[in-house]
Amino acid sequence: MTPPAPSPHLRHAPGFDVDALLDDPATRIVVCCGAGGVGKTTTAAALALRAAERGRRVVVLTIDPARRLAQSMGLGSLDNTPRPVAGADVAGDGRLDAMMLDMKRTFDEVIEQHAAPEKAAQIFANPFYQAMSSSFAGTQEYMAMEKLGQLRAEADAAAAQGRPSWDLIVVDTPPSRSALDFLDAPARLGSFLDGRLIRILSAPAKAGSRAYLRVVSAAVGSATGVLTKLLGTQILRDVQSFVAALDTVFGGFRERAAHTYELLQAPGTAFVVVAAPEPEALRESAYFVERLAAESMPLAGLVLNRVHQSPAEELSASRAVTAAEDLEESAEHLLVAALLKIHADVLRRREREHALASRFTAAFPRVPVVEVAARAQDVHDLAGLREIGAGLAKG
Amino acid sequence: MEVVDSAVAPVAAPDRTYDAARIRLHVVTGKGGTGKTTVAAALALALAAGGRRTLLCEVEGRQGIAQLFDVPQLPYQERKIAVASDGGEVFALAVEPKAALLEYLDLFYRMGRAGKVLERMGAVDFATTVAPGLRDVLLTGKVYEAARRRRSGPVYDAVVLDAPPTGRVTRFLNVNEEVADLAKVGPVRNQATSIMSLMRSPQTAVHLVSVLEEMPVQETQDAAAELRAVGLPLGLVVVNMVREPVLAPRDLERAAAGRLDRVEVLAGLEAAGLGERRGGRRPAGTSSIEEAWLERLADGLISEGVDHALRVELEREQRADLAGIDRPMAELPALPGGIDLGALYDLADMLAEQGMA
Repeated sequence: MTPPAPSPHLRHAPGFDVDALLDDPATRIVVCCGAGGVGKTTTAAALALRAAERGRRVVVLTIDPARRLAQSMGLGSLDNTPRPVAGADVAGDGRLDAMMLDMKRTFDEVIEQHAAPEKAAQIFANPFYQAMSSSFAGTQEYMAMEKLGQLRAEADAAAAQGRPSWDLIVVDTPPSRSALDFLDAPARLGSFLDGRLIRILSAPAKAGSRAYLRVVSAAVGSATGVLTKLLGTQILRDVQSFVAALDTVFGGFRERAAHTYELLQAPGTAFVVVAAPEPEALRESAYFVERLAAESMPLAGLVLNRVHQSPAEELSASRAVTAAEDLEESAEHLLVAALLKIHADVLRRREREHALASRFTAAFPRVPVVEVAARAQDVHDLAGLREIGAGLAKG
Repeated sequence: MEVVDSAVAPVAAPDRTYDAARIRLHVVTGKGGTGKTTVAAALALALAAGGRRTLLCEVEGRQGIAQLFDVPQLPYQERKIAVASDGGEVFALAVEPKAALLEYLDLFYRMGRAGKVLERMGAVDFATTVAPGLRDVLLTGKVYEAARRRRSGPVYDAVVLDAPPTGRVTRFLNVNEEVADLAKVGPVRNQATSIMSLMRSPQTAVHLVSVLEEMPVQETQDAAAELRAVGLPLGLVVVNMVREPVLAPRDLERAAAGRLDRVEVLAGLEAAGLGERRGGRRPAGTSSIEEAWLERLADGLISEGVDHALRVELEREQRADLAGIDRPMAELPALPGGIDLGALYDLADMLAEQGMA
């Protein structure tokens, strides 16, 4: 049977040439983003594998992969370090390393790198730091971007010394409240670190508590008063000593945040928006596409996952339903009646999906789109990822 | 002076028998794409039936409720968005962290001015956007306030929270535990402790929405284990978007084993009149083009039938896995036409029939 013809609804969307993107040596970073539950992690892994098997030296950073997918890539243990993926059939001097983000470890490493050992020990012992680095939502976004920056720095350093290094980093993004949280994380952190709050919080601890009453201005006094009333003296003390201890680290943080943001805007970066043909997921994608444009961040294209296809397009849904009803009436060939009904369901679903996709394309006619067929089962192994990669490339 | 409050110590709570009449706070979570907002909305409708009043809250700034009920964007204000049967009312609220913080300062500390001081020094922005976790404290705090309200403002028989997805829900609901650990004394500790006691009490139920696919089911199992570990009470497992098998049991087996008979299918297609493509049926010697067309069609239908059978098989395994969570279950059908207001009422009835409301 010939493959189904591409939908007429999508004829205006330019094709997304995934291989051209992956093969282009200028492509250094691919960021996969999109709503939760659309197959972001799988897409990131499939792109990374395909790139490696086409000769790129790839590292893929996954955030929270499904257990079996992680195992298939050899990510059984979460150790925050890229490891070679056994079984990748890499071409030429290609390679594939994979890692899973450990946000606490990443945070700890940043502290260790920027603070003197005794200062670092102080920070690690602070209860506020412990809570913030391990259990609060939001830290993951900061640390995913931090890790991206680290990987890139590592690659650049190796290249500068003539050692073999990654020439492509593929990043999965955290399942955030909004798919955009990770984008805002570096800028937010930067603006906070420059803000008055930091100065107010760090003032008393620096000045020493007795001197503080005499020294600091009335404004700071009243603000601290408000905070004391709200939080209580003990928690404020913890926060203040945390901020004071972090003081030396802050410059580094800010610099890195700004650097990561620039990296995301750099010509070698490509954003791939991942979606499924569902209203919510496409709405989120639309929002994302607009936002990337506003931030001058380069969008490579949209991957539309889980699109249903029919191998019997030539029989319309309405005709299939009529035929099924005729058979049911005569109480004969009930198997075929059921098959016809299944076919009608498949086609209707496909129509709905295409209506959604074409609405997206009408709004963003220049965004390249590639569809990936729905699969009966989730992907758990490299062979499955390879197939997805091939599907992505074929479009 | 320093009192260690036992109410905040995490205790693995034994699962409780689900009794909708006792629950004031229904938390609805699920992996992205499983339809948790739809289930939350249907539940709010079902709980409001019979002249009661419910509040449907969202906390992620998605405006999912407004889209579902086809109303303009929700402000930070409780608004009636639907009526339920026998004079019931559903209110909705999109909780916004910044507004929640300012309201909180004003309400609990009579610190309207303090809000301005904090805003000026960047503390409000810090609390609502930069500081990880504080946002969740504010969001859960507002939901707590609505659930416990006895006067000043609408009083609700139940509050339904469209919560963050399964991957983040435990951290979200348990954030006040962290806060209580950090703040040993003071108003923040008291507030955090009160929120945690409501969350762990028999008045709260965390419902898990899933569809019969591998990843959502896996995440649902993980979330159930995590919630149990921190002592948050589970409600129902809601299996959403369930599709009934179209093939008869015997045919399902044959299809799954790849034993559907092409000749039989061809005969059926002929009998259904699909052999006569244009004009009348031609007895023997149909043109080879048409024959090829019919054969292609038969193969296409068979391959769709096989996919269908494999899916049904996979769904049976997934359903068994969900049953392994060992909580009462409710099922909702896939609605081919999508979700509109009428469909929400239908889903609400189905949830009520299955004892969720």
